[in-house]
This record gives sequence, C-alpha cells and structure tokens, in this order.
Amino acid sequence: MSTAPNAQYTLGIDLGTTHCALSYVDLDLSEGEEVAQHVLAVPQVATPGTLGESSLLPSFAYLPHPDELERGALTLPWNAEPTLAVGEVARRLGGQTPIRLVASAKSWLCHPGVDRRAPILPPEAPAEVARISPLEASRRYLEHLRDAWNHHHPEAPLEDQDVILTVPASFDPAARELTAEAAHLAGYEHLTLLEEPQAALYSWIQARDAWRDEVRVGDVILVIDVGGGTSDFSLITARQSGRALELHRVAVGDHILLGGDNMDLALAHVVRAKLEERGTPLDDWQLRALTHACRDAKESLLTDARLDAVPLVVPSRGSRLMGGSLRAELTRDEVTSLLLDGFFPEVDADARPTARARSALTQLGLPYAQDPAVTRHLAAFLGRRLGADGTTGGGSFVHPTAVLFNGGVLKSPLLVARIVSMLDRWLGAERAEPVRVLDGADLDLACARGAAYYGYARRGGGVRIRGGTAKAFYVGVETATPAVPGMEPPVRALCVAPFGMEEGTDAEAPPQEFGLVVGEPVRFRFFGSSVRRDDEVGTVLERWGDDVQELSAIEAVLPLEGSAAGEVVPVRLRATMTEVGTLQLVAIPRTGDRTWKVELSVRGDAD
Amino acid sequence: MDEPKPSFLARFFLAYVAWFRTVLDADFAEGVVRLRRGQLPANAGTDANAQGPTSRAPAPKPVILRETSPEAALQLLGILQQEGRFVDFLEEDMSGFSDAEIGAAARVVHEGCRRAVREHVTLEPVRSEGEGARITLGEGFDAASVRLTGNVVGQAPFTGELRHRGWRATRIALPKVTQGHDVAVLAPAEVEL
Repeated sequence: MSTAPNAQYTLGIDLGTTHCALSYVDLDLSEGEEVAQHVLAVPQVATPGTLGESSLLPSFAYLPHPDELERGALTLPWNAEPTLAVGEVARRLGGQTPIRLVASAKSWLCHPGVDRRAPILPPEAPAEVARISPLEASRRYLEHLRDAWNHHHPEAPLEDQDVILTVPASFDPAARELTAEAAHLAGYEHLTLLEEPQAALYSWIQARDAWRDEVRVGDVILVIDVGGGTSDFSLITARQSGRALELHRVAVGDHILLGGDNMDLALAHVVRAKLEERGTPLDDWQLRALTHACRDAKESLLTDARLDAVPLVVPSRGSRLMGGSLRAELTRDEVTSLLLDGFFPEVDADARPTARARSALTQLGLPYAQDPAVTRHLAAFLGRRLGADGTTGGGSFVHPTAVLFNGGVLKSPLLVARIVSMLDRWLGAERAEPVRVLDGADLDLACARGAAYYGYARRGGGVRIRGGTAKAFYVGVETATPAVPGMEPPVRALCVAPFGMEEGTDAEAPPQEFGLVVGEPVRFRFFGSSVRRDDEVGTVLERWGDDVQELSAIEAVLPLEGSAAGEVVPVRLRATMTEVGTLQLVAIPRTGDRTWKVELSVRGDAD
Repeated sequence: MDEPKPSFLARFFLAYVAWFRTVLDADFAEGVVRLRRGQLPANAGTDANAQGPTSRAPAPKPVILRETSPEAALQLLGILQQEGRFVDFLEEDMSGFSDAEIGAAARVVHEGCRRAVREHVTLEPVRSEGEGARITLGEGFDAASVRLTGNVVGQAPFTGELRHRGWRATRIALPKVTQGHDVAVLAPAEVEL
C-alpha cells in the first residue's frame, strides 16, 4: 500500500522543471472541507554562507570546485559540509559558472534518447567535473525537501507520512518509474504519483467553497498547464455517479517540451540582435542577464496592457555601473509578435503542429518541441481526442465547456484572453457554447497544494478524479519474414496494457510468447498511444501513423538460475499498474512461478 | 578611592579614635564588622550627602544606549549590493554622466533593491490616510511613530496636515549566517578563469 498507516500529514510535492514546492495538510486538524493546509518554508543556502527560507526551492544543483567556496559556505541546518549545492545558491552560482550547473533535470529525466542513470549532467561540463545523472539530480532535490521537512517537523518524519508527488500527465512510464525511483532513493516510503493537471484541479476545488455549483454534470474541463519547461493538456469530464458528481480524467496530451524558459530566451535573442545591430556585442554573461531582464519585462508587458515598452538594462559586470551598462527596450509589438504570435498564434481548430527547423529556442541536447505554437499543439490535442469525452455529437474536435489554467506563464491575462477567445471561436464555428474559465487558483503553488489536498481527500472520501493510464502500451514484435539486406524486418505492435488501467490492477498477459535468451539482456521496442482508446490486451497493430509513438526501448534479463546460458525461454509479458502510479512489466515463463521484471528505462536508441 | 593612602601617624590616630568608637557606638561597631568581612558599610554609598536617613533620594538611572548589531546592517548592505548594485551606485562618481546614463543605472538599482527589500522586509505606512489629509491626534498618541512639526503649541488633541505617511517595518527576515561567514565582505571580488 502506498498510504502510511500512522501518517499525521499528507505532503504534496511539485518537483518542477525550474522550481520545487512542498505543501502539507495536517490530518488531525482537518475535518471535512475545513482543511488545515500550509506551504513549507524550505531552508536553503541563499548566497554562500547565508541561509534563507523560501516556499520555492529552485530545481538547480551546482557542483562546486573544491577551492571555489570558503569552508562552511554551503552549510545547512542538517548538513555541515554538503558537497553539492541545491536551490537558490545553485542557481546563483550557476549563473556565473554554467559549466557546473545542473538545470532542467526533469526534462532530461523524460528524455528517451539518453541513459538517465548515467552521469551526464551538466552536459557542457569539462572532464574534471564529477557529473551526476538526471536520476541523481532529482534525488538530491527530493532529499533536500525531505531534510527541510524533517528539520521543521522532527516529530513527524517524512518517511512516516503520505507523500504525493506530481508528474506531468504526459510523462511516459519510464520517466514515471525513474521519478518514483528517485523518491525511493531519497527515503520516501509512502509515495503516490499524481498528474499535474489533476493536482491543479484539486487545488482549484479546494480553493473554491462553491465548486460544486461551478461544475455541472456533462462538463468537459480542459486543463492547460504551461510551466517553465513543459506544456501539458488534460481533459477531465464530470459525470453523474449515483447522486454524486464524479470526475474522470479522460485524456492527456503528448509530451511537449516547451515552456516559459523558451519564451524568455526567444525574447532575449531578439533584443540581443537589436543591440548587435547597434554594434554592441554581448557575451554569455550579458545574455543571461538580458534573459533575466526580459523575463521581468515580459511579465510587465503581459500583465499591463497600457504599457507600450519596458526599458531593459544589462548592468556592466565590474563595479562601475554607469559607463558599461547596456540599454535596450522591449516593446509591446515585439512581445506581441514573438510571444502571442509565435507561441500562442491565432490558428484554426484544424491546425496541427508543424515540424520545422527552429532557431534560438534550443539549448544543447534536449528534444524541444519542433513547433513552438502552443495553440497548434492544443488544436491537435482536442482534434485527436475526439470522442474521449464520451459524446458522439458532430464536431471536428472535443468541445470543452470549461477551462482551467495552470503554470507561471499563464498568469498573464493577455495570454489567457488569447486562448479563451480562440477556443470560443473554434466552439462558435461548431455551434457550441463558449467555455467558462475556472479561476482563483494560485498558479505557482497549485500543484503542490492540490497534491497535498488529494492525499487528504482520498483518505476522507472527498471528491476524487478517476484516471488510470492515459495511454495504451505496445511491445514491438518482429515478424518472421525473410531477411532483405538493408531493410529492417517489419515490426508489429502488440498491446500489453490498455488505455485507462487503474492503479493497483493487472492486465491479462497476451497469449503471444517472446523468446528470452538466458543470461543476456534482450531488448524490445516499446510504444505508447494516447489516442487509441479501444485497443485491448493482445491487439496487434500491423501498421500505424502518428497516433502511436515509440518510447524508449525496454529490456529483460533472465538470470542464469537453473538454466544454461544461451538457452531460449519462452515468456509472456504482463502489465501491472502499481499503487504508486507506475507501470510495471513482468516476464512470465511458461513453467515455474518466478517472474522477471522488465526494465522500462534503459538507454534509448530508438532511432 | 581617589584619596591618598593615610600615613603611619594618621593610621595610629585613626586606630586610637576607632578603638573608642567601636566600644561606645554599636552602629559603628557593626560597620567595622562588615568592613572586616570585606563588605562596604551599609550606608557607604550615600555617606557623602547623608545628613539623615530621611533625606535619601533614588539615584538617577544611568543612561543606557543600545549597541545595534553591525552584523545585520552589513548583511543588508551586502544583499542590496548583490541584488541591486547599491554600493557600486553610491561609490560611483556621477559627475561625468548624463541623466540618461544615471537613469539607466538607477533602474538596475531600483529594481534590484526593491526586490531585495520586499523579500526580506515587510513595509507598511505608519498612517493609512492619504498625504495632505487632515488628521487629529488624541492625547497619549505614540510620539515615536508620529512626529509633530511646525507650530507645535498647546494641548492634545492636535490637528494638522499629514505631510509624510511614515514607514514601519512589520517583519524582517534576514538570512541566517553560517559560522565563520564574513559579513563585512559585501561583494566578493570576481575573477573569471
């Protein structure tokens, strides 16, 4: 079981791309809808040698040089000499020395093309820096939160509490499993994973006393979550169940690595181009300072429609402030053309993301979204999930009736207005009602709060969102055709886990058998589809389009117990949805009781 | 004691007088007993002006001036420098620069210092009324938080115009400092390799 028997608190943790937060509900003091909920002030080194507290822990780690900092510069209340810095100080030091900064570990954790257990971060680090793996970085952030919690609540150690950790709805099984593994390594005993858009809706429910009046049976709630690093969509329907209202998460979007950080970087490149036209080249340090300045300017321009331009100043690096500072400005036209038209363009409901070459948006290594238009991804999401809400009425896309926004980027009223007016135009064209905006959530802390509230609600019978797996999963089976030189043998996809498997359930093992070679790792190609809702276990796909995506390969090893090396053992594959919220695949031999775990997160070489 | 030490002759005379007084005066004898135990006689402190037991007045309280912690001041200065280049700004010679250049620098200082102050200190005005409003201060108003200026005569209640709303810090939370951290280094020198 993932719930702790003697828990005094339920903890909700948002392990974000750029920030982490921890919120908690005191179970003894909470009764019914009266919830005693708080946000943990996380102690963290602010600058070398000083310790501050903040509700947000920046998701950065810094690997200092042994001679770089004075003794005790990174001292924490629970650790006198940490070898690695986490949080605010890491972000600060990393701003000056990026080769030692680990950032966006979460994006790396769901990158199928790399070995996520291998020390690969920071990617640009020189050889003498002892790099860490994406898994290790996540573990460090979770350890910091654990120690911060135990520091404030020594009477209720974290390992005895219920912890709900949020993950993007679009995280694939390997990324979920790695997140759970990081939490396990950090000493989290009672863990459950929750999808971020669901957490956002829980947070909204908790913040609105009268939410039952605002959500009606038949509602289709679209959750749009644009964070620092990812964009995530989910659809949640409200159905009648007996006398009560029941919420079902019926669809999630595909993983889109696109967020606020890309927008800031895009703006900074435009301003840099302006400065360079005037003959002022910028070095890396200045570009980073400019990106910071652009973020603040963007927020001002996207919040206050009366501003026409915001001046930007990049201070000189030395102690002389006047002579060396660079001045530029960011105008409303630039923000409109770049952000509104670049990332949130007015498109039609039948628009689809295009794959095209990008400039200026990418950093080394991560597979950023090909099309930066969030609205095109949204149109594709709604168009491809037609029927997911259970309606059969005509229309070319799912018609949402309400929309909930989450993520720091969508604090901007201008962006929200753009999305809402576009949704209404799409709906109007198909003679549907405009959407209602569910507002009133705190976008920075919604995920952590919602997660802690969910932990409380599931104990006390509060409203729950039912979900299950948001994808169907398939294992690649090579067909027995004569080998043709230069041609890969065609692959068919065998469904092993259907859409909507609930936590704590097993799927049946399909009858097809695979031959595993004893003592040798055997890899299979692995696929997922967030669109094919009706495939059952055992369904075989002969060919498919972009409705099925290849995930990182999976690997099974049969140890040498009792069989000779090289012997081929026929096995079947069975999928389980664990209580924690991860997918597990086991290999079952034809004879005997033992089963073998199939590894989901091996180094991907899908292409 | 700033009197010079008595000579041998003076001491002989003192012993002679003391012998008689000790025998005849019980109060004096009690004082000698205390003196031999190493304590001062009971009325030693007030002896100089003690004409009688009734005229004793309480001594004036010594003035206590608190030493404020220079550590916190340096720390705040350090934060303002790190976030808003405050010390750089103050230490720069402004004379050769145009208002536009100074304005650009002021933006950096204003933005950063404001962010830093808002993070560590919560400020609110002492008076919530708008500046220019007429306000009346009753008897026993807090003279530490409201300063009377101008034609200060007569008795409370005082009525006048609010010239400045005042500021009060309702919360201050400076980062804790680790042992051995030198707060006097407001900004370390930076050497890029």
